[in-house]
Amino acid sequence: MLTDIIKTDLEFEVWECLERVNDPELDEPLTDMGFIERVEVIDSHRVEVGFRLPTYWCSPNFAFLMAFGIRREVEKLRWVRSIRVELSDHCFGDEVNEGVNSGRAFSAVFAQYCDGADLEAVTETFRAKAFDRRQEAVLMDLRKRGLSAKRIVSMTLGEFDCTEFEDEDAIKQKPRYRELLLSCGLAEDSDDLAFPTWEGQKIAAGLLPQHFERLRGVRINMEFNGAMCRGLASTRYKEVEIGPDGPTLVDFIAGRVPPREDARAQG
Amino acid sequence: MYKTKDGKEIFVLDGHTHFWDGSPENQSNVHGKQFIDCFYAYHTNLSPPEHLWEKARFEKYSEDDIYRDLFIDGPDDMAIIQTTVLRDFYKQGFSSIERSSSMAKRHPERFIVNGSFDPRDGEKALEQIHYMKEEFDIQGVKIYTAEWHGNSKGFALNDPDAYKCFELCDKLGIKNIHVHKGPTIIPLSKDAFDVHDVDYAATDFQNLNWIIEHCGLPRLDDFCWIAVQENNVYGGLAVALPFIHARPRYFAEVIAELLFWVGEDNLLFGSDYAIWTPRWLVEKFWEFQIPEDIAQERGVQLTDEIKEKILGLNAARLYGIDVEAKKKQLSNAPVQIAAE
Repeated sequence: MLTDIIKTDLEFEVWECLERVNDPELDEPLTDMGFIERVEVIDSHRVEVGFRLPTYWCSPNFAFLMAFGIRREVEKLRWVRSIRVELSDHCFGDEVNEGVNSGRAFSAVFAQYCDGADLEAVTETFRAKAFDRRQEAVLMDLRKRGLSAKRIVSMTLGEFDCTEFEDEDAIKQKPRYRELLLSCGLAEDSDDLAFPTWEGQKIAAGLLPQHFERLRGVRINMEFNGAMCRGLASTRYKEVEIGPDGPTLVDFIAGRVPPREDARAQG
Repeated sequence: MYKTKDGKEIFVLDGHTHFWDGSPENQSNVHGKQFIDCFYAYHTNLSPPEHLWEKARFEKYSEDDIYRDLFIDGPDDMAIIQTTVLRDFYKQGFSSIERSSSMAKRHPERFIVNGSFDPRDGEKALEQIHYMKEEFDIQGVKIYTAEWHGNSKGFALNDPDAYKCFELCDKLGIKNIHVHKGPTIIPLSKDAFDVHDVDYAATDFQNLNWIIEHCGLPRLDDFCWIAVQENNVYGGLAVALPFIHARPRYFAEVIAELLFWVGEDNLLFGSDYAIWTPRWLVEKFWEFQIPEDIAQERGVQLTDEIKEKILGLNAARLYGIDVEAKKKQLSNAPVQIAAE
């Protein structure tokens, strides 16, 4: 039997490791997006995590990736021997829950829903977008402080590491950009270029404006989608009540809205 | 008709509206409930508080409601009603061409009703296109690529069966193909919102106009790359536009991207009624200026002339509407609540 204090500590550990699970489409942690709804430590080695996406129709393949990401990160905690992940109110929820809790590998579970094809092409597309998004954040900071195009495109990883970024977004993205750069093999040591393209090419100084143009589109789309997802997540379980002061939004999960039939009868 | 503060009259053609029945009585299953619930979350998320509707009204509104919201309280001169069938989710269809046409018959001068087909029906889809042309003389269709049908959870515009349908549309003069890229769920190995099929279809059918609703969101970046290469690809502003109230800076960024890549002649206003009502959208759009820093960085402006194109002139061109003649016709038949 766990004391409440220990339980709270362990749950905190789980929340912390969930910060490493990203929404692949938005490149933001599920915890920041508010998708994780419930973390429960059942006993000294069992954990349950419940999550919910902004809509019933969110891409099931990304739902699979997020569910398996949760499992992977929580399993890294030394004291965890069993983890149960539950996705609620989703059009593929049953399949995702069955798959992630079956103990089988992601590839095996996933293959059964797409004739043996894997997800690599799609995950690669979204890794590339995440790379562009992170790169733009640090590049913009450098441009803002007046670094020349020539200087930017030839900056090395060593110089990048020594750079103190000023912009809030750049400070946040610096380690995330570096992590992707290295894990994708686009740079290895301090003499390598800090800002190759996703294809591993050096950017020509004269083409830097066009490069920025493309990255900008990626960021705007991602930011827009992030705002949309946050907004939908916040209103998904709300209904409008028209009161004396006009319409207000009421949370019906909390049981504050009477069942529909009653509301109609009253109206 | 939208009248600006200095008295200029702006022709408004609302490019994306529905006359749906998403009520529990018409839902076939949980998916039908979740579909309208999802629309409702868009409504509650992005509408100004004073324009929020109760759920029951949102699920099913009347013929009087749509007429009042678009033309009396709203500034629309005309509206395109889209057909979205969702036959696996709704008993009588979500918004069928028959129900919409019957509603539109009361004010034929104000409505354009578009049809819809499902290429997975093969021969039957071709028959459906003939039927809609003969019965309703449609000029356009709306294609929802994420429609569930039995085991299939969506299709692509460049599937061979779809191409047969577009060939027939071209032959019959059904020129305007509105595309709503929903989440095409199967196969799971593909990006559910991928818009690249638009590129193939638009290249192979140069005679047809491809209006991509929601500007390809959530794949705006990919859509812009496609639209810049294809003159016959258009962007419908529904879903992006309501951000003008809640998150105006995001809207500014998006509209600047669209003006830069897609261009002022290829963007269409759409309220997405009944998710949003057109009055506040048009008022806010007319007053909107792109912030200086964004305008400068992208090198674009949103002038009154461009706003007028987006609000009505571009869509009028696609649907062959003589705007001056239409204005005259409508001023002779002012809006009125039909007698019950």
